[in-house]
Amino acid sequence: MLTINPIRWGKQYKSLEFQDVIHFDTGEPIAKIGQVNGGMVQMDMRKADNARKALRSIPTHELIERCKKAAYLFEHETLPVGDGQQSVADFIHQQSASTGLPEHMCRNNMQKNCFVLSNIDKILDALTRGLDLEIFSRGYGEEGRNVTVSFQCQTPVLGAVLPNNSPGVHTLWLPAVPLQVGLVLKPGSQEPWTPFRMISAYIEAGIPAEAFCLYPGGHDVGSTILGKCSRSMIFGSAQTVEQYSGNPRVQAHGPGFSKILIGDDVVDQWEDYLDMMVESVLSNSGRSCINCSGIWASRHTKEIGEAIASKIGGIEILPPNNPDAAIAAFTNAAMAKGTWSMVQQDLSESGVVDMTASFGERLVERERCAYLRPMVVTADSPQRAVAMKEYMFPFVSIVKCPQKDMLKSIGPTLVGTALTADDAWIDELTNATHIDRLNIGPMPTSRLNWLQPHEGNLIDFLFRSRAYQIVPMKVAQGV
Amino acid sequence: MTAPTPAWLATSDQVSKAKLELDQHTYESVQWHFHESTGSPFWLAKKAEFKFDPLKEVKVFDDLKKFPEFEDEWLRGGPVERWIPKGLQGKPTYVFETGGTTGIPKSRMVIDDFRIDYENFSHTLPDEYFPKGSNWLMLGPSGPRRLRLAIEHLCQYRGGICFCIDLDPRWVIKLIKKGWMEHLEEYKKHCIDQAITILTANHNIKCMFTTPKLLESLAAGLADKGTSIQEIGITGIFSGGTEFTPQWTRFCVEELLGGPTSESGVYMTPTYGNTLMGLACSRPVTDDDGYTIAYYAPQPRAVVEVVDFDDHTKIVGHGETGRVKLYTMTKEFFVPGFLERDEGERELPFHKYPWDGVSGVRPYRGFASSTTVGVY
Repeated sequence: MLTINPIRWGKQYKSLEFQDVIHFDTGEPIAKIGQVNGGMVQMDMRKADNARKALRSIPTHELIERCKKAAYLFEHETLPVGDGQQSVADFIHQQSASTGLPEHMCRNNMQKNCFVLSNIDKILDALTRGLDLEIFSRGYGEEGRNVTVSFQCQTPVLGAVLPNNSPGVHTLWLPAVPLQVGLVLKPGSQEPWTPFRMISAYIEAGIPAEAFCLYPGGHDVGSTILGKCSRSMIFGSAQTVEQYSGNPRVQAHGPGFSKILIGDDVVDQWEDYLDMMVESVLSNSGRSCINCSGIWASRHTKEIGEAIASKIGGIEILPPNNPDAAIAAFTNAAMAKGTWSMVQQDLSESGVVDMTASFGERLVERERCAYLRPMVVTADSPQRAVAMKEYMFPFVSIVKCPQKDMLKSIGPTLVGTALTADDAWIDELTNATHIDRLNIGPMPTSRLNWLQPHEGNLIDFLFRSRAYQIVPMKVAQGV
Repeated sequence: MTAPTPAWLATSDQVSKAKLELDQHTYESVQWHFHESTGSPFWLAKKAEFKFDPLKEVKVFDDLKKFPEFEDEWLRGGPVERWIPKGLQGKPTYVFETGGTTGIPKSRMVIDDFRIDYENFSHTLPDEYFPKGSNWLMLGPSGPRRLRLAIEHLCQYRGGICFCIDLDPRWVIKLIKKGWMEHLEEYKKHCIDQAITILTANHNIKCMFTTPKLLESLAAGLADKGTSIQEIGITGIFSGGTEFTPQWTRFCVEELLGGPTSESGVYMTPTYGNTLMGLACSRPVTDDDGYTIAYYAPQPRAVVEVVDFDDHTKIVGHGETGRVKLYTMTKEFFVPGFLERDEGERELPFHKYPWDGVSGVRPYRGFASSTTVGVY
C-alpha cells in the first residue's frame, strides 16, 4: 500500500499519524496519508519567503517552460508519489476509488489540469492583459506607454484548503507557480492524488522543491493555512463562503448555483438547446460548481423538464471503470441519504413536480456507499425553495419566471448562460453583479474558457497595483 | 515469536507489592468515608441506599466494583459542605470547579489534596531541568480551578515563586461555540502576550506549566520575537490539560523545544489529570518508544483502569482499547469508579509505577463529536 508523506518545503516528513484512504465500494485501504498539525504549519510559514525567493531565482519564461513540461509529466509519465511510483493508470484508478467519480471523469479532470498548465503562457497573458510577466517578477516596469507600472506581490505563497472529493478545482492554484508564488496546500482527505501528483510533476520538471508544502491534516491545519498565508483560497459550503466574505486575504469558493436563463425571444425554440442543457447538468456527474442547477424560462418549463428527464432520468449506475458511467458515488452513504431527505422536502412544496419520478428510484444504497440518480424538477415560481438549491449530483430545477423578473430572482450565479439575442436584456445581464461568469449564447455552463478569469482574477488576488515613481539619481563614484 | 520485554517493565514482585498496598489503602479509605464518625454527609446518605455494607464488605480494591458508578452530576450545586468528611470538619476548605460555561459548574471541595498530589508529583521531576529555587510561569487557566493553586504550590514546594496569567477557559469555550474565531485568536494572543511579557522581564523563570496548544502558541510567539523557549531560559515544562498525541509530542520536542532533552537542555513531561483524580505522570517519552504517551495514576491515592466500552466492570487486555475509568481514595474525597470522557489503550506496569497505565488517551468516541475539547 502506498504511503504518502506530507511535504514541508519540498522535503518529505515522516509523520507518526496516518489516515487511510479507503476504496469507496470495497472499503479496502488504498493508501495511508501522513498527517501534520497546525503548529507545524505555523512554524513552517516563517520560512515562506524562501519559497518565493527560490521561484524568483528562475526567470518567468523559464518557469513557464518548466510548467509545460510538468503538464506533460502529469498527464503521461510515471511519477514518484509518496514512497512509491504512480503511473497514469494508477492515478486514475486511485482517484476514482477514493472520490467515487467514474474513471473517465477522473481522466477528463486530469486533462483539464494539464490543459491549463500546458497553456499557462496564454492564460497568464489573458489574465494580465498582456503585461510583460517580468513586471510581476521585479515588482515594477514599463508598460509601453512611457508609464511605470508596479504590481506588488502580496504574499510569498498561496495557501489552498482543497475540497474532499472534487478533482476539478485544481486549475485555480496552478498559475501561482509561474507567477513566482509558492504553494501551501491542504489536500482533501479523499482527493490527495491531484495535489501530490502535480507537485511531483512540478519538481520533476525542475521547479524548486522548496516552493511547495503539502499538509494533509485536520481542521486546525486548514485554519492555520488561512490564518498564516497572506493569500489563500478555500473550497466549501455556502456557509464557508459567508464566513470569509469581505476578507481580502481569503478567496472562498462554494456552491456555484450556475444557471441557464432562456430569453423570451428564443424560448419557443428551446428544443434547439436541449443537448447544451443536458451537458450543463450532467457533466462531471453534476458535482461541479459550474454544473447547471437551474434553468429559468417564462414558458415551456414543463416541456423542457420532460425533455431533459427523458434524456437523463433513466441513467443507471454503472461501475466506475465503465466508460459510459455517468453517475459518481457518494462515498459517504449518510451524505446521500441526507441529500435525499432535503430533496424530498423540496418536492413536498406545492408547485414543485418531479419530472424523473417515473424513471425509478433515485436513491440507490450500496453496502458502503450510495448513489443519487439524476433529477429534474419543475417549479412554478421562483418562490419555491427548490429554485435556489444545488446538490452534489445531477439535479436541476426548471423554474418558471417572467424574463423581466429573472435577474432580481436568480440570486448569486457563478456561471450564467443566457440564451437570447435581446440587446436590452443582454445589457442588463452584463451589468448584473450577481452573475460571475456570463455566457451569451448556447455555451454549456460547464465549459470554461481558461483565458477568462474564474471567480476573480488571480492576478488581482496575488498582486496589488500601486504607484511607483522613479527619479534618476547621480551617485558619486567611489561611494 | 513473542515481542521483546521492554526494559521499563515492572517486575512481578513490584506489581504484587503495589497491589497489596492498594488493597490496604482501599480498606482504610472505605472505613474512613463510611464510618459515622468520619464520613461525609453525602456518602453516609448514600450508604443507606446500598444493598451492601461498605464497612464490612469492602476489603480489597476489587470490592469497589460493588459500588454504583460515580456520577459527576452529583457534584453540581450545593451545599458543597455535604462532601466534607466529618473527620476533617473545621479545616480551611477550598472549592474547585470544572465546566460551568453554561449552567451550574461541578464543584469539588479540597483541603490538602492538591498540595499532597503536587508534592508527590514534585518528587518525579528531575532537578536538573526543574531546578530547586527557580521561578515558574503558570500558563494555564486561572479562576476557580485547582490547577492554578496546585502549580503555585508545586513551585513554592520547590522553593520558587510562581507567575500567573489571566485565562478564562469558559470564555474560550463560548467563543468557540459562537464561532467567533477571530476573537478566539485575539484572546489566545492576549494570553501569550502576558506570558512573553513575564518571561522577558528578568524573573529568572526556568520552569513552567502549560497546555500543548498554549505551548505551541508560546513557541510561535517567541519565534516572532526572534527567540525561542530554549533561548528564553526555560528548562523544564510540565504540560497537560488537553490531549497529547505521539506525533504532536515529537513535533514539540523536535521543533518547539530545540530537539531531544540531551541536545536542547529542555525537558517536557506530559501529564494527565483532572479535578476529581489528581495527576497521572507519564513514562519517559522517547523516540525509541515511538513517542508513546503512557500515563500512570498516583496509586494508591488514585487508580486508572481501562475498561470494556460496554461492560465497565471488565478490564480490557494489555494493549487493548477501552474507556478510562478513574478511582480516587484520599482522606478528603472518595470516587469508587468514574467513567472519564476519554478512551485509550491499557499499558503494562512501569517499574517506577508498578501498576497498569493508559496510553493514547483521546476523547471517548461516544462523546467525541459532541464535546468541545482542548480549548486552551
